[in-house]
Amino acid sequence: MSTPVLSIEKLRKSFGSEVVLEDISFTVQEHSATVFIGASGSGKSTLLRCINLLEQIDDGTITLDGEDISRADIDADLVRRKLGMVFQSFNLFPHMTVLENIILAPTKVQGLDYESAVADALVLLDRFGLRDKADQYPDRLSGGQQQRVAIMRSLIRKPRLLLLDEITSALDPVLVNEVLSAVKDLKSEGMTMVIATHEMGFARQVANELCYLHDGRILEWGSAEKVLEKPEKKETREFLYRVHQAGRL
Amino acid sequence: MIEESRRSAGDNSGAAPYDFGGKWQPSDVELARRIERNNRNRRNMAIAALSSLIVLGALSILVVTSPGWKTLRDTFFDWAYGLEILPKVILGFTTNVLLTLIAGTIVAINGLVIALLRTSRSPALTPFRILATVYVDVFRGVPMLLVILLVGFGIPALQIKGLTNNVLILGTTAVIITYSAYVAEVIRSGILTVHPSQRAAARSLGLSHTQTLRYVVLPQALKRVTPPLLNDLVALIKDTGLVSILGVTDAIRAAQIQTSKTFNYTPYVIAALIFLAVTIPLTRLTDRSLRRSLERENAQGQA
Repeated sequence: MSTPVLSIEKLRKSFGSEVVLEDISFTVQEHSATVFIGASGSGKSTLLRCINLLEQIDDGTITLDGEDISRADIDADLVRRKLGMVFQSFNLFPHMTVLENIILAPTKVQGLDYESAVADALVLLDRFGLRDKADQYPDRLSGGQQQRVAIMRSLIRKPRLLLLDEITSALDPVLVNEVLSAVKDLKSEGMTMVIATHEMGFARQVANELCYLHDGRILEWGSAEKVLEKPEKKETREFLYRVHQAGRL
Repeated sequence: MIEESRRSAGDNSGAAPYDFGGKWQPSDVELARRIERNNRNRRNMAIAALSSLIVLGALSILVVTSPGWKTLRDTFFDWAYGLEILPKVILGFTTNVLLTLIAGTIVAINGLVIALLRTSRSPALTPFRILATVYVDVFRGVPMLLVILLVGFGIPALQIKGLTNNVLILGTTAVIITYSAYVAEVIRSGILTVHPSQRAAARSLGLSHTQTLRYVVLPQALKRVTPPLLNDLVALIKDTGLVSILGVTDAIRAAQIQTSKTFNYTPYVIAALIFLAVTIPLTRLTDRSLRRSLERENAQGQA
């Protein structure tokens, strides 16, 4: 097997006296999707923010494409150029149009000229069926449309690894599907992803590896079938039972 | 997809998402309701007019029948005299306008720089951050009149060669010193209201700290603080009148000179009216800009 895109070893993260992540180790191979499930507060979002260097870790190492990105003298801006991140709350820039949101990073960070950036953006907008929204401001869009714009905003930078942080949690059930099908398309095109989600059906469909996060530790991992169908740990079974009760399985 | 086409149809026409062919006629129930609403509106308007008439009428009768009314009218509202000295007061007011424009521009730049320094986290800027904090603490807390007096009489007293003794420049400097502190705090509060998730999104796209500030944080912050800044502009116009204590011939000083000649106070009233002619439209503009920004925020909340 080739070098993994991402490899994390014994990561630990705490906020003050509260330990949020403990002894987290996993690897992400190229073209694969690693999915994290777990209750709210189990540390999924924090984990993604640590990978993106938005949070400083307490201990352990994070290796991206063979480079230790958790070392003290790392240039976070350079690391983030290789990463794409999509947030639960979209976080589009409200003072910019859809098009301006998408081309901001290509023109300002990657130094692409305006025309090429717009051309790239229009290709994406066509693909995601939002060409007619290019000049709208984000607040005129539905949640599902906003989240697809957020995905485009990350994709246009051709990230090595895409981090998706509960990207459907703020959407109603109809809109969830349009966003998830966009992610499934990305998966089939070979995008490498780390995903935090509450959507078990979606997790089952895209996950090469599924990890159950419980109180900041990876309690159970393996294929989606193994974790969802034959969980070994009592906590996993209880979690899945509660999700089932809530009608989300 | 159906959901989407409905939505975009709604966007274009501004009509309800469901179109029943435009054949809708209000029902009898609705028509009765409209008549009732109209009646109530008319009744409310009549009550408002009547109560205004009674209150304002009573007030004017009280003033006009007071024993000193005639003297007051002659010394404060001598319109013929007012018209005579109007050009002089207006000439003085051009100083206020000029001072507002110059001070306003410099204050805007100073305020932005101080706000950025106070919100920066760069270790190299630490001494400037401390200075900016002390500056704001001091000049937000000292009455502007004192700053004007200290600068206006203190700097010439130093007798340093090359430093101006021009009271207009010294007065303007004092106004700038004080207002920069106010404006810096307004802008800083605007920067702090931009949600951290906006920074996180910008940084995760690879934007540097400076780029994040320039393209994401500042545009949103400045848009949000426009109404309070306009409010400060109105206050600035009025406060430029304070430099008159240094002897600058602004509108207030010009009125004062006229008054001291005749012991008629109409020039003060004229000066007040000239200030109002500028500040009232600006206040309306501020109200409108505030309303717009609230509407925009609410629209975002719904999305």
